Amino acid sequence: MTRSLTTRRGILRGGATLAGAALATGAAGLLVPARAQGVAPTSSMRGGSNNYLPGAPVVERIGGGGFWMTGTVRRAGDGAPLKDIRIQIWAHTTEGHERDPHSHGATLTRADGTFRLEMPQIVPAFGQPHGHLAYDSRAFETVFLRPVMRSASDTSLSADFVLQPA
Amino acid sequence: MGRARAILLWAGFAAAVILPVAIAAASPLLAWRQPVYIAAGFAGIVALTVILAQPLLAAGRLPGLPAPRGRRIHRWTGAALVVLVLAHVGGLWLTSPPDVVDALLFTSPTPFSAWGVVAMWAILFAAILAALRRRLHLRPRVWRRAHLSLTLVIVIGSIVHAILVEGTMGTLSKWALCLLVLAATARAFADLRAWTLLRRRHG
Repeated sequence: MTRSLTTRRGILRGGATLAGAALATGAAGLLVPARAQGVAPTSSMRGGSNNYLPGAPVVERIGGGGFWMTGTVRRAGDGAPLKDIRIQIWAHTTEGHERDPHSHGATLTRADGTFRLEMPQIVPAFGQPHGHLAYDSRAFETVFLRPVMRSASDTSLSADFVLQPA
Repeated sequence: MGRARAILLWAGFAAAVILPVAIAAASPLLAWRQPVYIAAGFAGIVALTVILAQPLLAAGRLPGLPAPRGRRIHRWTGAALVVLVLAHVGGLWLTSPPDVVDALLFTSPTPFSAWGVVAMWAILFAAILAALRRRLHLRPRVWRRAHLSLTLVIVIGSIVHAILVEGTMGTLSKWALCLLVLAATARAFADLRAWTLLRRRHG
């Protein structure tokens, strides 16, 4: 009885059954309609948390300014704009490396869920002109973003958060 | 005629090596980088110029440096390439450790990192194999196959890496240098009859 399971054919049959089951599950997963009533939460991007320094202070402006980091923060599910959410921002700029504390700053979202913080011009570093943004204030799940500028001469960059309640 | 040709070839080679470095040295990005980061970047650029010299030396294509002498220099420049690559990665690691860790673990968001890391491993492996070649009693055919295969990985990996990076190199000089590396490698492979390695031993 048990011997039949250990034959090569038996194993193959078992494998085929498993593969079939996996395929069916996978296909079913794809067929589930996108949660239409829900705005999906943003996932963290690869490398988003690199050179993160916790507790960057809320500032009027990072350094001398001249470049704008903008974006929106909404709640997952109903997509409602979130007010007074602290977003931390850092980048390699004309005034410092990503690891320099003075390259970091934070800002709060307005009633409509938007934020904008002036900072020094971002310059290409580690092969791409990019910025970093973080939400990590506990009420929602932590998200780290790493948007890339279309061109190194851009003078603004934006990133949108959809946060999942923690 | 021979002499003029030699001078012309050397002048071309010198220009191919010096121009990309000189153009990168004038990059505005340098103003916003610390010395370690700048040194790491230039180690990478100089490494690419060494990759141009390697096949020319191996095939004895540089005037005045026929195969035996060229090969001897090829070994030293190969060792220099290892040092340059370690300086490149080490300097970047000092500048931003998490970015380099991501690259080494193939979890970096930047597509060029993986190409560079693969080329780095191929360079290190080629160097180790070259150092142990005698001790391992490698048959010439096995050695050639291994070394030329690694060469292909190094050349393709380094070129894609360099082209995709938005850094201090000038776009035009970078493309030109990469095309020259490709041409020099193809030429050396032809000179060394690399295709014979694809055939079966007694086929």
